[in-house]
Amino acid sequence: MAAAAKRVPLPAILLANDLLDGDVVFAFVDGAGPLAWTRDPALALVAADDAAADRLEAFAAAELRGNKVVDAYLVDVAIESGSPVPRHFRERFKTLGPSNRPDLGKQAGEGIVAAPKG
Amino acid sequence: MYRYDEFDERFVRERVAQFTDQVARRLDGSLTEDEFKPLRLKNGVYLQLHAYMLRIAVPYGTLNSRQLRQLALIGEKYDRGYGHFTTRQNLQFNWPKLRDVPEILGLLADVEMHCIQTSGNCIRNVTADHFAGVAQDEIEDPRPTAELIRQWSSAHPEFSYLPRKFKIAVTGAEADRAVIKAHDIGLRLRRHPDTHETCYEISVGGGLGRTPMIGKVVRDYLPKKDLLAYLEAIMRVYNLEGRRDNKYKARVKILVHEIGAEEFTRRVEAEFAQLDGPSINADPEEVARIAAYFAPPRYEALPAVSNTLEAAKASNPAFARWVEVNTVPHKVPGYTALTISLKPIGQAPGDATSEQMRRVADLAERYSFDELRVTHAQNLVLPHVRQRDLFAIWQQLGEAGLASANIGLVTDIISCPGLDYCALATARSIPIAQAIQSRFADEARQREIGPLGIKISGCINACGHHHVGHIGILGLEKRGIESYQITLGGDATENAAIGEILGPGLAAEEVPDAIERIVSVYLAARSEGESFIDNVRRIGLSPFKAAFQETTRAAA
Repeated sequence: MAAAAKRVPLPAILLANDLLDGDVVFAFVDGAGPLAWTRDPALALVAADDAAADRLEAFAAAELRGNKVVDAYLVDVAIESGSPVPRHFRERFKTLGPSNRPDLGKQAGEGIVAAPKG
Repeated sequence: MYRYDEFDERFVRERVAQFTDQVARRLDGSLTEDEFKPLRLKNGVYLQLHAYMLRIAVPYGTLNSRQLRQLALIGEKYDRGYGHFTTRQNLQFNWPKLRDVPEILGLLADVEMHCIQTSGNCIRNVTADHFAGVAQDEIEDPRPTAELIRQWSSAHPEFSYLPRKFKIAVTGAEADRAVIKAHDIGLRLRRHPDTHETCYEISVGGGLGRTPMIGKVVRDYLPKKDLLAYLEAIMRVYNLEGRRDNKYKARVKILVHEIGAEEFTRRVEAEFAQLDGPSINADPEEVARIAAYFAPPRYEALPAVSNTLEAAKASNPAFARWVEVNTVPHKVPGYTALTISLKPIGQAPGDATSEQMRRVADLAERYSFDELRVTHAQNLVLPHVRQRDLFAIWQQLGEAGLASANIGLVTDIISCPGLDYCALATARSIPIAQAIQSRFADEARQREIGPLGIKISGCINACGHHHVGHIGILGLEKRGIESYQITLGGDATENAAIGEILGPGLAAEEVPDAIERIVSVYLAARSEGESFIDNVRRIGLSPFKAAFQETTRAAA
């Protein structure tokens, strides 16, 4: 993610793909702990202001450097039923899985119920 | 079928070891993503929307049952129990984990397969007519040529960092079933009218994508022995002069277009004249060694017409229709080439489950001399089937959900994975294919409409070949929603043509209606026995445009 790139409109979440297995992961905080990754889009930390977005971007840069994730970027979201939902259909698919296979991906609960990643 | 010799075996095993080390260095942080990306791409590993994707080369679309079973195993053990056959005759797995890829590559090497050069700016997997060796209109089997090019282009030191990817297709038949005119280089084996010697007609600069072009013939009759030197001359002209500053102008088609086919040919011929042909062209003994692997199997002497088949057809109309639609005549009496449809109504075009792969592998082993093919239309072929065995095969395919009688018909849709999987896509393709299939699900109606190729791409890169679809559908983003542009009159055969846009883009739910209206114009206007594409050529685009505009008006 280029630092100079224009930031997406807020509120936004940070998503990426896990380096090892490719799964889509979202930045979140568990309680008062530091930023970490989860596979559950409903748990994604929503950045509503520039300070929060700066924090997500700094986390993305550190995690890319630390070889934890790839392709990390902010995605603008709407809040629907208390959960962040990407405004763009492409990113919505990333939070769900293939639309022709509702039995696969996050929409089928894969990686969400059993093993949120800390 | 070609079998690896000790050099092939060593080359592939060394690559597995090399990539295993590269993955380890990526995971321990020694390689950054920027450093690793070109290395993984050279080995077929992409990062898609939901996961990594692994693209496995199926050289010229030829597989044996052992290989297909291994693919089934990999799909089950390391993926989600299915794979996707592509328009380049390859297989993609959608969910592999990076940490598992080295192991998968090892399993592939066990059955003489790999992922080398299925991505990146190099010469990609060479594709060929899926009826190679069996088609009645064939002059010579294209597979020895394709295999020779595979060996020559694998890790070729001069052509491993080209300006852009490079695709070669070969056919040895009159009818072009390999879309050679939409490839960077298209080769057609043909006889010289005077000498009767088998030669190559060589086309360069075809391609789809952002700037679709039909290939231009640069040599009408190249003696077979000169093939590699001539290819080398083409590659050198391209490698030196192709644009590296702009990836959208870096394909050889742009060079051919910008300097003209005549000037391009002049430069190639000048380079060819300078090259030391004998040091580049393959040793005739090696050519003969490769060709021997593609010798015909031991066919039985059979009557041209099987009474067993005729009786089964007479007593089972559904079977008779399937035979009529899914088989083509074979060059050997009593045999047929059978296409197995991977387009059952409502499924993702080209997808096959591990179970289905095993079923097809069993059938190939038992009924088709252990051989099968992948078609660029995302179907599978049993190339050497005794006519009398067709009924048993049909029954077994039916049990696996693979007995759709729709080859070449309106529901035999080519579709890229689109935005359901692909990181480059701008819109979804698969649900559009499914909606059209559902609309035209009735088999009698499909046969009434006759041959009609719909091809769908989810972005401008055109993996779904939409430009050369009789009806092409391109998914784009328009003001934050998916929008579909319809083209008409494309042709992927020896009469290659790029389709023309009919009108403004449509919303996804409007697409089946638009197709319906286009088909209605054809059905009303066709003359006796006239196919869809012939009808479009004869009556022109205007009546179709008028009907299409009614769709857009109705939707407004």
